Amino acid sequence: MNLVEDALKAIAEQPPVKYSAKDFQSDQDVRWCPGCGDYSILAQVQRVMPELGIPRHKMVFVSGIGCSSRFPYYMNTYGFHSIHGRAPAIATGVKIARPDLMVWVATGDGDGLSIGGNHLIHACRRNIDLNILLFNNQIYGLTKGQYSPTSEFGKVTKSTPYGSVDHPFNPLLVSLGAEASFVARTLDRDPKHMQFVIKRAAEHRGTSFVEIYQNCNVFNDGAFFTYTEKESKDDHVVFIEHGKPMVFGKNKDKGLKLDGFTPKVVSLTDGTASVNDLIVHNEKDTMLSFILARMSSLPELPRPVGVVYAVDRPRYEVEVSNQILSAIQKKGEGNLEKLLNHGETWTIQ
Amino acid sequence: MTKELKNLDDVTIRFAGDSGDGMQLTGMQFTSTTALLGNDLSTLPDYPAEIRAPAGTLFGVSGFQIHFGSTEINTPGDICDVLVAMNPAALKVNLRSLSDGGIIIANRDGFNDKNLKLAGYASNPLDDESLSKYHLHSVDITKLTQNALSDMGLSNKLVDRCKNFFALGMMYWMYTRPLEPTIKWFQEKFAKNPELIDANTRVLKAGYAFGETTEIFAARYEVKPASLKPGRYRSITGNEAAAWGLIAGSVKSGLDLFLGTYPITPASDILHELSKHKNFRVKTFQAEDEIAGITSSIGASYGGAIGVTTTSGPGMALKSEAMGLAVILEVPLVIVNVQRGGPSTGLPTKTEQADLSQAIFGRNGESPIPVVAATTPADCFFGAFEAMRIAIKYMTPVIFLSDGYLANGAEPWLIPPVSSLPDIAPKFATDPNEFFPYSRDEKTLARPWAIPGIPGLEHRIGGLEKEHITGNVSYDPENHEFMVRMRQAKVDRIADDIPPAEVDGDPNGDVLVVGWGGTYGAIRSAVEAKRREGKSVSHLQIKYLNPLQKNLGAILANYRHVLVPELNLGQLSRILRSEYLIPTIQLNKIQGLPFKSSEIEEKIDEILSREYAHELS
Repeated sequence: MNLVEDALKAIAEQPPVKYSAKDFQSDQDVRWCPGCGDYSILAQVQRVMPELGIPRHKMVFVSGIGCSSRFPYYMNTYGFHSIHGRAPAIATGVKIARPDLMVWVATGDGDGLSIGGNHLIHACRRNIDLNILLFNNQIYGLTKGQYSPTSEFGKVTKSTPYGSVDHPFNPLLVSLGAEASFVARTLDRDPKHMQFVIKRAAEHRGTSFVEIYQNCNVFNDGAFFTYTEKESKDDHVVFIEHGKPMVFGKNKDKGLKLDGFTPKVVSLTDGTASVNDLIVHNEKDTMLSFILARMSSLPELPRPVGVVYAVDRPRYEVEVSNQILSAIQKKGEGNLEKLLNHGETWTIQ
Repeated sequence: MTKELKNLDDVTIRFAGDSGDGMQLTGMQFTSTTALLGNDLSTLPDYPAEIRAPAGTLFGVSGFQIHFGSTEINTPGDICDVLVAMNPAALKVNLRSLSDGGIIIANRDGFNDKNLKLAGYASNPLDDESLSKYHLHSVDITKLTQNALSDMGLSNKLVDRCKNFFALGMMYWMYTRPLEPTIKWFQEKFAKNPELIDANTRVLKAGYAFGETTEIFAARYEVKPASLKPGRYRSITGNEAAAWGLIAGSVKSGLDLFLGTYPITPASDILHELSKHKNFRVKTFQAEDEIAGITSSIGASYGGAIGVTTTSGPGMALKSEAMGLAVILEVPLVIVNVQRGGPSTGLPTKTEQADLSQAIFGRNGESPIPVVAATTPADCFFGAFEAMRIAIKYMTPVIFLSDGYLANGAEPWLIPPVSSLPDIAPKFATDPNEFFPYSRDEKTLARPWAIPGIPGLEHRIGGLEKEHITGNVSYDPENHEFMVRMRQAKVDRIADDIPPAEVDGDPNGDVLVVGWGGTYGAIRSAVEAKRREGKSVSHLQIKYLNPLQKNLGAILANYRHVLVPELNLGQLSRILRSEYLIPTIQLNKIQGLPFKSSEIEEKIDEILSREYAHELS
């Protein structure tokens, strides 16, 4: 017998609800700084939710600490604003206990990659069905402007007046290195693309890791403008799509070609290369995923944005449930009386 | 030759050898067999933190002590009657626990030059006169084991690993125990390797036959069954009992059990035990660290399972922040701390009671958590169950304190009928009308448990201070004070829902010995001994450390002296003084070992023999 299952069964199957984005807005005032990239992320998530066909009472948003972690307060779903860095671990417990729920994690570069780095990587490797949105603004916002684990080397902040001497993390590489089965990157200033990526993440079964370039207009304004603003975006971002060649540039006049294991930018107009020479994106190609993720380290290459990697592999919570079902099949439902009396016992008259 | 059969009331035996010699297994087999014979018993495994310390060294010695008898047995025995020493190091380390005139059974083959040197013996103690005050039996255990297996063609290494069962066979003969339970155990344990069943059985029988035929043992002993309460018994360790208590709580509450944990000595056996029982829908999650252990459990409780995390002192330290989260969230959670010697890594395999202050106070902010402790290995079943009952009923984290001594120690357990355990009724919110996540039950002050999946109950909770009733984030000064007091009041009210403290002895008198947790057996033995001498001494063992039982203060006031023995520097003593403004006399031991009852007896004598100046410091 399980009380929770009973309680859930007692709820009559509801007809599919037609939601709008508005249905996912909570009654709480949004308290991010005006102009913050978080507003866009919230809006895109709320826009995607109605398309998922999942009742909102089946959704849980879990977060840690930081600006990004206020996210659950603003979603009209179940929400859990926890402690610094621990959201993936809490979400893991929720999902193992309740595989019927759709569980999201909202985190940031400090929360997810610094204090909570351990939980993030282990969630990825277990491939538990969580959707992790990592808002990367390369700064600590809520503590008012210290460098973060994704801040560039030499970053001058309140805590590094002479420049940071820390080498940054690359979130895509961290998640790929941690065996995530879904890895993607999107941009706060590209609503359509973000909606697409969030939907893909939601539909993926297993841990989905999404890095979102997010502008902190107070403490790190313009950190990603090269990749998000009209003037520079086309020449510095390559939007990758499964099965399509990697073309970019204002006039779609440039492409990426592999030279050994290193991508090189080639011109599609000067006769040196054609579309047929370009890398064709394959989301299931492990090796390619690492090459794409590594591109962020090479300034002469555009930043790949889109779904970098997406494969299916066994999910933790499913395996756990299967073991339980098979144990029950083999041994029958647990019987406490039997347990206490099994093995060697003796009777005193 | 007929050997004399003598009757004994109780016996204490210590098996000692290298940590790779299988002394724990040997001791546990002797324990099971002895339990089956109906003796009362108590055990003390004493092993090093290193898994296989270099052979022959003093720090690599592993010991297992069992005290069994036809009378009530409360402790593993202050002093041993028999020491089985497989090598010189085992002899050297354990000789001080042997009574004068006690029996030593030494494996002569283990006393070679190399081992003697490693143990720091200048000459072989088996041959010089240094052991003359003991009954020394020097037996070629290794050679006799080899002889028993000579025709099997086993490797030397394998043969050597059987020799502990030769020693066990001898002890079975000496204390008239049957071989069958152990042979049956071989058959189960080595089901896939019949050669090992055969080899170990042969060696066990050879040890028994050796006792029968050799001239060196003049007598054997009988220990009649104890007059235990009628009923069905089993032998159980503290960690097994804790695991089963948690399963029982899950069954009685109808909630799935979720254990989020990280391996740590001496708590890991609870994880091992729970992970076997998946047909009870127990989900065990070996997390990436201690913090994920507790936070995943909080997540599971939020989802409607009963979350449990198990650990020991250093892990408790890592979990502190998350415990505070559980306090402010008000979700049910059971935190099991199997205490070991501290601070820091301290003495991982040794026992201590020094995490009491940590359990009660060790968090930031006003963060009250109920604390329950077990008194004996079997009592861990009830302690864990009670922790779960309180957690679910009051929507609060509860700390259950066990310790290394209880966890690894074993005793016979009168198996309770399942019907004797109370039902636990979780209160889930289901009605979206008038739902407020931080409204409260008038009686318990518990908030409703609103689990995800119920339409209309969508709400947000978190670690920020929340507004009374609505649960919305609130920085309001009055609200904060109100909520701090509310969380405290909720925990205080649990005092109305726990049994009153009970005294073993007289309602007033000269000395009341007040202990908590695992010191129960040693204190009980000491107090019984003093009472038999006609002394005015009584005993009270505290299981509920937060909140304290309501009648405790009145009880303490009825005695001239309150003696508080603890395996720490006086953590309960400090609480009793500040709570009840009474003087207490401390008896503190911090050696990684449980009290001997003689140590407590001596302190009682000291108090009674002279006008005792109350220690106030």
